[in-house]
Amino acid sequence: MRIKAQFKIERADILNFNFDIAAEGITAIFGVSGCGKTSLLRAIAGLEKHNESTLQVGDDVWQDENVFLPPHQRSIGFVFQEASLFEHLNVKGNIEYGFKRITAESKKIPLDKVISLLGLQSLLERKPAFLSGGERQRVEIARALAASPNLLLMDEPLASLDQERKDELFPYIEALNKEMNIPILYVSHSNEEIGRLADQLLLIEDAVIKASGPISELLTRSDLSLAHRRQAESLIFATAEKYDEGFQLNFLHTDLGTFVVPGKELNKGKRLRLRLAAQDISITLEAQNDTSILNIFPAKVDELYSENNAQLTVRLLINNLPVLAKITLKSADNLKLEKGKAVFAQIKSVAVLA
Amino acid sequence: MFTSADLTALFLTLKLAFVTTLILLIIGTPLAWFLARSRWRYKFFLEALVALPLVLPPTVLGFYLLLMLGTNGPLGALMQSIGAEPLAFSFTGLVIGSVIYSMPFVIQPLQDAFNNIGRRPLEAAATLGASPLDRFFTIALPLARQGFLTALVLGFAHTLGEFGVVLMIGGNIPGETKVLSIAIYEHVETLEYANAHLLSASLVLLSFLMLIAVYALNGRFKVVRL
Repeated sequence: MRIKAQFKIERADILNFNFDIAAEGITAIFGVSGCGKTSLLRAIAGLEKHNESTLQVGDDVWQDENVFLPPHQRSIGFVFQEASLFEHLNVKGNIEYGFKRITAESKKIPLDKVISLLGLQSLLERKPAFLSGGERQRVEIARALAASPNLLLMDEPLASLDQERKDELFPYIEALNKEMNIPILYVSHSNEEIGRLADQLLLIEDAVIKASGPISELLTRSDLSLAHRRQAESLIFATAEKYDEGFQLNFLHTDLGTFVVPGKELNKGKRLRLRLAAQDISITLEAQNDTSILNIFPAKVDELYSENNAQLTVRLLINNLPVLAKITLKSADNLKLEKGKAVFAQIKSVAVLA
Repeated sequence: MFTSADLTALFLTLKLAFVTTLILLIIGTPLAWFLARSRWRYKFFLEALVALPLVLPPTVLGFYLLLMLGTNGPLGALMQSIGAEPLAFSFTGLVIGSVIYSMPFVIQPLQDAFNNIGRRPLEAAATLGASPLDRFFTIALPLARQGFLTALVLGFAHTLGEFGVVLMIGGNIPGETKVLSIAIYEHVETLEYANAHLLSASLVLLSFLMLIAVYALNGRFKVVRL
């Protein structure tokens, strides 16, 4: 489903958000605090009306010069940052609110499926006042889903939760993405959340949509600020393949080659994401055998750019996939790195996101 | 014990308070909703107007109502021209006066209650497919129910204690305009202290019981503000 939008949002400054994306899976709207992420999401929902703006979702025009569909006529679900549950209704009443208001033929998702997907069976009779923060957010998500929306909008749904609650919620959001086939627009400024959840990014910078595309590509593009951060990183998709009991090592299949990661056994076939911090990747000219590092891949230097006088970021291509490495200027000089040079990338540590 | 005249006054007072509160809830709910939700620049004029009866001496209010409703006033003349009874010195006139007199005690708690709901639940309901009217009835009204309880009791209790306005526009017609406070005043004037005591004590008890009900049921009770 394509989303075509041209928003002119007037605040103290003027935001011009123009984009045309194929909304599939989770699209993260990413940018620093105050850049207008939430305004954009609210404009898409119709909660804020801006002049000189247009919005088309799939085949439906939601806004142009002549049309402005109010939010209750748009097929959306909206999950707010802080609780917006109806305090006078119990969990069941909340979840049924939107479900009751759609026509029978648009009821694509049965209520019990929503309830079991978000693990709310035992909470149905409770009033919101008696729910924990994580439970409240789960009910919010369930309530939005139950109305079978064509598009799910989530405004920093995890921002108000502590780390433990966040970890508890990630699997639910991943599951809903996998099982529901509803495109999600997900506002966030958290590296952790987008690294873990986003399939593609809509990047807001300097009051415009700076770029959009697959997350692993945008993280490593040298013309975008993401690749210039101190904690610049690359993202790799992986599948658990086999496990070595003796050494407690997981073998993960990726498009770069096989990664070896220590730890508890991961379920075979499980889809994972690997986060490679640019700081943790070093470069050698020869394949080294006498090293403690397990993950070494042949690579090609694609691009070199300096952050300051002492440091360089090297964009490597491993099997044509981009990976960033941060090294010192001195090392680059010693190794005589230049575009096209064949090298080896030594990956010291890998964070498994799952 | 109560004389039959006193009982008549008591029932008239309760009837007046009941009718007044009912009318105020009907016209006050949309007005309070508007005051709570509207971003109209000049709505403070309306808010000041609603609060006016809080500061005016009831006699001032009564005086102008008398001019309006009397046979020479615009409303009074209108009533006469269509062949209806004049409004001054009638129960209907008292109701009109009471509605104005008790208005802030109903509007303000309702406005506060609607304000306290905030935008979030209403926005959430909109994204779930509820039209504005649907949102008002299924979200705003139930979430504001404590405000309604407060408005109901304050409006009722305040009308029970009305004196100045009645004195000006109601007079002293048994069964029509002679309410409790007037009856008490008359008993005192004629030195019938025992009767005055009985009626006064009943009013104290009744008002106190109603306020107890509000405080007990509603932890976040707010006193009417200016």
